Amino acid sequence: MSVLILADHDLGQLSPSTARLVTAAQGLGDLHLLVAGQGASALAAAAHFAGVSKILVAEGPDALPTADSLRAALVALAPGYSHIIAASSSLGRDVIPGLAARLGVMPVTDVVEIVAPNRFVRPIYAGNAFEHLSSSEPLHILTVRTSVFTPAPLGAAVPVETLAPLAPGRVTTLRAERSAGDFPDLTSAAVVVSGGIAFGSVEKFAALGDLATALGGAVGATRAAVDAGYAPNDWQVGQTGKIVAPDLYIGIGVSGALQHLAGMQGAKRIVAINTDPEAPLVKVADYALIGDLVEIVPQLIAAFRKA
Amino acid sequence: MKILVTAKRVVDHAVRIRVRPDGTGVDKTNARMSMNPFDRHAVEAAVALKEAGRASEVVVLSIGPKAATDVILTALAMGADRGVLIETDAALETLAIARLLAKVVAEEQPDLVLLGKQAVDDDASHVGQMLAALLDWPQATFASALSVDGAALEVTREVDFGRLTQRLPLPAVVTADLRLNTPRNAALPMVMKARQKPLAVRAAAEFGVDLAPRLIIEKVTPPAERQQGPILQSVDELVARLRADLASIEGMT
Repeated sequence: MSVLILADHDLGQLSPSTARLVTAAQGLGDLHLLVAGQGASALAAAAHFAGVSKILVAEGPDALPTADSLRAALVALAPGYSHIIAASSSLGRDVIPGLAARLGVMPVTDVVEIVAPNRFVRPIYAGNAFEHLSSSEPLHILTVRTSVFTPAPLGAAVPVETLAPLAPGRVTTLRAERSAGDFPDLTSAAVVVSGGIAFGSVEKFAALGDLATALGGAVGATRAAVDAGYAPNDWQVGQTGKIVAPDLYIGIGVSGALQHLAGMQGAKRIVAINTDPEAPLVKVADYALIGDLVEIVPQLIAAFRKA
Repeated sequence: MKILVTAKRVVDHAVRIRVRPDGTGVDKTNARMSMNPFDRHAVEAAVALKEAGRASEVVVLSIGPKAATDVILTALAMGADRGVLIETDAALETLAIARLLAKVVAEEQPDLVLLGKQAVDDDASHVGQMLAALLDWPQATFASALSVDGAALEVTREVDFGRLTQRLPLPAVVTADLRLNTPRNAALPMVMKARQKPLAVRAAAEFGVDLAPRLIIEKVTPPAERQQGPILQSVDELVARLRADLASIEGMT
């Protein structure tokens, strides 16, 4: 049987998640990659990942396909596949549950490990427990936490099949606002520098961006820092924000609330900088420095800018 | 406009749960239970629309054991007009929940269904999208702003790249994110009044929906424990450690 992978993209850019999805799906069968939405043909040209045998392209009216129009296309494609796999992204999370309901299938989402073609592991309770599931559904409909998989390399060009364009949905997009800042994608960055409410102001939080740039990393934030307006919503790391699993996670002025830990406890190396030695993040950190971020952050920026 | 809003009873989000040593699940014995936090935002949005004269009636629905009456009472105290409890002691999968909801929508004929974007126990984030698909209604997930404009909604959604503002016709399904509003804490007189509001209790079995689980939970395991590492003494020491880590990352790529 074949496996259909839904390419992840937003506003005309192929998301780094797509290459990771391909890795997650390796070994399940013949891999087909669907690129759907406005500009899909152009995006498909950059999606010839090793292991994919065919790329399907469906142009559409929206840069980010709406759930109802994308769902209809996936329902039509489903009969040829044993697995339909998407990223646990705003695209995948939006369309996959409805697709499964329409097909009468119970989906398995936020998968962090594919043990066998019908056995999956997913976190529950904000990552404080893991459910090991097996499914006897004829079709497995999954979303995958791509941050735990490595990206597949590009491979040789494979056939591209053009499908009928997506039908317009009933949802009209009025505005799409991309958050400012030129940082790597948070969910796939090797280095993430995160800040909390302790920064105290938008201006002071901006120093975190300078440090991230010096380290070549992405910027994350706690829910409190986002609520305070220090950082845009899509920088939020946690149960209800983004799930990150970088090689190096540096939490600065981040106490480590349960909700936040849920979003980053998959990091390979955790570093905490905090005034409170009893902060939960310090308790899980591989190493920590106790002190005032106002003094420490500029020293770090200076040290790594030179390098 | 009539609004149906859902509320799930879950282990309170501030409780640190424990996995049973035998791997059979999460130990909820004596755990404090409360309304799923995202559902509180959905209820607040529904009640605010009614207060603004945009909605005529707000019906709150919960699916769960008898004890889930608590979360319905909470929603009624926040300002919902009446409650429906679909009673079941089984841990239903999201597909069964969505199918039950679709039956209730057929009976109640709401113009808008508001749900939390996910429940903090199973973290699934399925039910709103499933319901929209089963009803073939348009959906707006992860809403951080919501306004009604005639027979249409304007919703701002929190997405991976930032924010997306979309317009969708009613009837529709909307799932609430945390920045949609600030849920109220009901004042004591409202809590007393909530007990006088209508609350219908119905058995899950009476809806003719297949409630049997499709997935087998083989086991539930705790996350790997992380050991606390050393507390460094100086910024210089921190810089040296970070340099070593960055060098090993570069070595891998």
